Amino acid sequence: MTEPVSGITRADVAHLADLARISLSDDELDHLATELPAILEHVAVVQQAAGDDVTPMSHPIPVSNVFRADEVVPSLAPEEALAGAPEREEQRFLVPKILGEES
Amino acid sequence: MSTLVDVDEALTRYQPVMGLEVHVELNTVSKMFCGCATTFGAEPNTQVCPVCLGLPGALPVVNGKAVESAIRIGLALNCQIAAWCRFARKNYFYPDMPKNFQTSQYDEPIAYDGWTEVTLSDEGQDGETYRIEIERAHMEEDTGKSLHVGGATGRIHGADHSLVDFNRAGIPLIEIVTKTIEVPGEKAASVARAYVAHLRDLIGGLGVSDVRMDQGSLRCDVNLSLKPLGSHELGTRSETKNVNSFRSVERAVRYEISRHAGILDAGKKVVQETRHFHESDGTTSPGREKSDAEDYRYFPEPDLAPVAPPRDWVEELRGTLPEQPSARRKRLQQEWEFSDLDMRDTVGAGALELVAATIDAGASPQVARKWWLGELARRANEQGVDLDALAISPEQVAGIQALIDAGRINDKLARDVFEGVLAGEGTPEEVVSARGLEVVSDEGALGEAVDRAIEANPDVAQKIRDGKVQAAGALIGAVMKDMRGQADAARVRELILEKLA
Repeated sequence: MTEPVSGITRADVAHLADLARISLSDDELDHLATELPAILEHVAVVQQAAGDDVTPMSHPIPVSNVFRADEVVPSLAPEEALAGAPEREEQRFLVPKILGEES
Repeated sequence: MSTLVDVDEALTRYQPVMGLEVHVELNTVSKMFCGCATTFGAEPNTQVCPVCLGLPGALPVVNGKAVESAIRIGLALNCQIAAWCRFARKNYFYPDMPKNFQTSQYDEPIAYDGWTEVTLSDEGQDGETYRIEIERAHMEEDTGKSLHVGGATGRIHGADHSLVDFNRAGIPLIEIVTKTIEVPGEKAASVARAYVAHLRDLIGGLGVSDVRMDQGSLRCDVNLSLKPLGSHELGTRSETKNVNSFRSVERAVRYEISRHAGILDAGKKVVQETRHFHESDGTTSPGREKSDAEDYRYFPEPDLAPVAPPRDWVEELRGTLPEQPSARRKRLQQEWEFSDLDMRDTVGAGALELVAATIDAGASPQVARKWWLGELARRANEQGVDLDALAISPEQVAGIQALIDAGRINDKLARDVFEGVLAGEGTPEEVVSARGLEVVSDEGALGEAVDRAIEANPDVAQKIRDGKVQAAGALIGAVMKDMRGQADAARVRELILEKLA
């Protein structure tokens, strides 16, 4: 395989998968290491179309300063809030402890 | 593990370089992006909704008041205010962050390029002033709170796990980041502490946060590296997280200087990582290896509209800024008739706001200073906490003084009242009545005690009869002892002199 234009390597894909907490098999890594660069190259066409005079947009419509007043609205009942929790204890979400990290 | 090097010795070879990141929780009544309440200490998971729990389809909306507070903080730090900026998603996984990203700001902070001046108030440092450059102040949101439960507690779940309360998730935070701070090594710890204390005063003065380190509404991360004296190349830094008192800021800086010096002396490399600070012994321990910024895969938050503060709004907010802490300090010093030393001690002890509030509550300046810097400073020191973490309010201190002024208790009994209030026994009034601390104003009982003292000390009594009035002290002491301190010393003196006239 020739070095892809985007410069994305198999190791980059593995690192990205790790950051996104997605577990990939060796086969999947091989596959994505060729597919991801192809997708990026494809998308890069857009960059060619947009000249320097076009500002990149992060939002579909040009609005700004959409604020709400600092007012309290009712929250969920704890029962509702915890409804999706796989496990709970003492009205809290019970989660596995992540080793080596503390908030 | 490398050995620790004595700080003073380390500073003969190395120059510390610091960067301080301070998180300020705003005191808005609702969260940053939703209308959930922000009340401290509420029952777990009672102040949460689909937005702050990150449930699918929920859409955030910015709290306008939080933007206003962010701008006012930026202006107070002499920052530029962005004409246009966006929020960004900082992507990482941690159980106390329900959305799996933190809504923050990345390369477009609302405030940037500022500065502020801090004055050292420690003994012997004679009000030296340092200018701290501010890199940026940006808006973001707080995370939830995890309770770590160990397997050793015998719970049915056995293995270690955490319990998460999301009430705090989404509370508005302002993160204030300094540029690198390079001051003479022996001043580094004091400057760091003075800077955080200065931010507390400055931001507290704006009224936008409770700025309570003990409650986590003001938190400091200390970045520190060492470089050989005379070198221009920065060393590898460590980031000590969530240092939660002024005293700890100072200790964390000193400890990291010692630790880094030990590693560098041994010819090893400092690991770039976060560190946890331990209040108990002032040490730090490794946290996680620091991710590169690119690992957070920041991108502009598509669900929130950009913030473009109109210039006239910014100028209007500039007009609401209170006087700068240094100017206010000068004014208060004059009003209170404090000497330079009094004022420096007050500021140095972190007591300025407490003394001011006590005076506002009716105490005289000298009295307010006396209690906070004497009795209460001693107790805070014993407990190893900052003054404002003591379980007593300025109003209560003024209340105790009012009891003294009314002649209902004396200075000695007041100390018992302080003890009672600090122990959570209630208001000064309640402590006085529950502990039976009121001075005896019953003239009959006082008179009898004076008679007993005169009878027991005939020599002293004779001296007083002979005109040696200063001998009365011994008799007053005897009466106070007899009355277990619950007598008005001035009245006792009068009675003694009357009886021996």
